[in-house]
Amino acid sequence: MTVHNFYIFDRNGSCLHYSEWNRKKQAGISKEEEFKLMYGMLFSIRSFISKMSPLDMKDGFLAFQTSRYKLHYYETPTGIKLVMNTDLGVPNCRDTLQQIYSTLYVEYIVRNPLCVLGESLQSDLFNSKLDSFIRALPFFSVRAA
Amino acid sequence: MTILFPSLAKRDSVTNRGHSNSELFTLTYGALVTQLCKDYENDEEVNKQLDKMGYNIGVRLIEDFLARSSVGRCHDFRETADVIAKVAFKMYLGITPSVTNWSPAGDEFSLILESNPLVDFVELPDNHSNLVYSSLLCGVLRGALEMVQMAVDVRFAQDTLRGDNVTEIRMKFIKRIEENLPAGDE
Repeated sequence: MTVHNFYIFDRNGSCLHYSEWNRKKQAGISKEEEFKLMYGMLFSIRSFISKMSPLDMKDGFLAFQTSRYKLHYYETPTGIKLVMNTDLGVPNCRDTLQQIYSTLYVEYIVRNPLCVLGESLQSDLFNSKLDSFIRALPFFSVRAA
Repeated sequence: MTILFPSLAKRDSVTNRGHSNSELFTLTYGALVTQLCKDYENDEEVNKQLDKMGYNIGVRLIEDFLARSSVGRCHDFRETADVIAKVAFKMYLGITPSVTNWSPAGDEFSLILESNPLVDFVELPDNHSNLVYSSLLCGVLRGALEMVQMAVDVRFAQDTLRGDNVTEIRMKFIKRIEENLPAGDE
């Protein structure tokens, strides 16, 4: 099992953070374009899902998977969106994403007055904490893939 | 002219909450208001600055609040009122205001504060009749709610510091802030 990459978007669609670990295939477009494409898709999926759902939803969009990878999605009521791609063997990551939000994003970004909200995150502390958090996840290991 | 709003001399008259941490906040806030009163000519301007600072705190505080409580998105304004009064005020100020005076349309309500921790040691000098001492709270509420897509008007309708029996914060729902796809993409 493995974690491929991870995005944080704010509610206006700016990509606040991106990092990757085991990503064998690149998109072949610039990162800026990739972020826009990703956000556009998430935005569409959200509205698609809310229109198609035959019942009132609680959490909305949670995840999707293809033949090769799985995209996990978590959105806070303030519109912060956390997206993590993993391989198929990884179970529901909602708690993990929520934990990244509450123990890393809030702790090292929101509580740091020097980090301007809504701009790409420049905090080295956050980056290194996130990196070690992800590497410590039980499903991070590449060997088992 | 010396203004000394927060004074520990008044401390004995305050029922002891047993929070020395909240006293730190109360006193720091008092020092801030005192300084603003020195820096600005009129009370209106001080109110405005406090509201603005509150707003900047609110937009960050909401993330802390959501991370610490497991509150999800509110579906109506009544639910919002409950969360503010019972969860948020309790978490940050240790008090639970009551929610009253709903407008018939359900878009307006009041928070009644029996005690306001911010004013524990405060006496307003006579020459500050227009100062809304706790304006920061209005800004915090407005900023925090804006981050969860609610534009809300917040103001003090009554204030014990100005001779009213209770402290009342009036909240009026203005509109829902829609989320838009950023321009310039297909």
